[in-house]
Amino acid sequence: MASPLKLPYLATAALSGLLFGAGLYVSQMVNPLKVLRFLDFGAIPSGGWDPSLAFVMGGGLIVMFFAVRLGKRWNAPLFDGAFRGPAYNRVDRPLVIGAALFGVGWGMSGICPGPAISLIAFLPANLWIYLAALFVGSYAGSLIIPSSGREPAADSPAPAE
Amino acid sequence: MEAFTPVPALIGGVLVGIASALLWLGNGRIAGISGIFGQLLPPTRTVVWRIVFLVAMVLGALTASYLVPGLGVGGPHGAPAELVKAPSWTGVPTPVWLVAAGILTGLGTKIGNGCTSGHGICGLARLSVRSLVAVAIFFGVAIVTVAVTRIV
Repeated sequence: MASPLKLPYLATAALSGLLFGAGLYVSQMVNPLKVLRFLDFGAIPSGGWDPSLAFVMGGGLIVMFFAVRLGKRWNAPLFDGAFRGPAYNRVDRPLVIGAALFGVGWGMSGICPGPAISLIAFLPANLWIYLAALFVGSYAGSLIIPSSGREPAADSPAPAE
Repeated sequence: MEAFTPVPALIGGVLVGIASALLWLGNGRIAGISGIFGQLLPPTRTVVWRIVFLVAMVLGALTASYLVPGLGVGGPHGAPAELVKAPSWTGVPTPVWLVAAGILTGLGTKIGNGCTSGHGICGLARLSVRSLVAVAIFFGVAIVTVAVTRIV
């Protein structure tokens, strides 16, 4: 089994990160106001609504949809012994409460974790205190839900999906 | 419409999709940023690739802002990036507002097991019912939050 420390594995992570960050800049999801203008459905009647975010999601989804279908024909990814997707399938209370809390935070700020971290490239004022709070919130969540490491450990076989 | 930019949005979305596809087909990992970020602390044994991914993501945004300058915010010919200001009617200082938003986002994505990328792109592409429910809830709640706070 390939070790997660091998060069191709880390090179893939690096290339993926580069493209991810580039996509968030090109789509301008790094602009909190643009995201909020998508979420501002009250502006639809006046023509002030910006539907761009739907195109970002749509573009990403289409590509990933075909990648997932391709992956189903493989026993394992190229550089590791198994696919490590979430094995847990139930819609439960933590999922619902967590998504709702995230929705409030996202609506208050116009940034979700990807754009927030990518914004280190442009360093807007107050970014570091936001990121520190993001980390604290995430750490607090891991204390509340110790099982949130639901993804399989690195050296255990991933359950079949 | 206010600065509707469908072409850069679609291209950027496709880039995010290719990035997610690479991480899945290459390493068998979900490109969920809250998960990658939220599992940086020990005792995880998989911290190295997470740091590599996140540093590369910042460099990717920075590099793209030089290669394709002036798309909006960021880079040599872009407007300066700015976070939101707290709505004045609340009387809350902006740093406090942002700390609250950050804690809610960190906490919510941890216990809800994902954010816009993990649930919104990877999860929906995997036809996960959990992700569909999560996406419907966080989009719905965010839309209500924007309406209630009148932050735009």
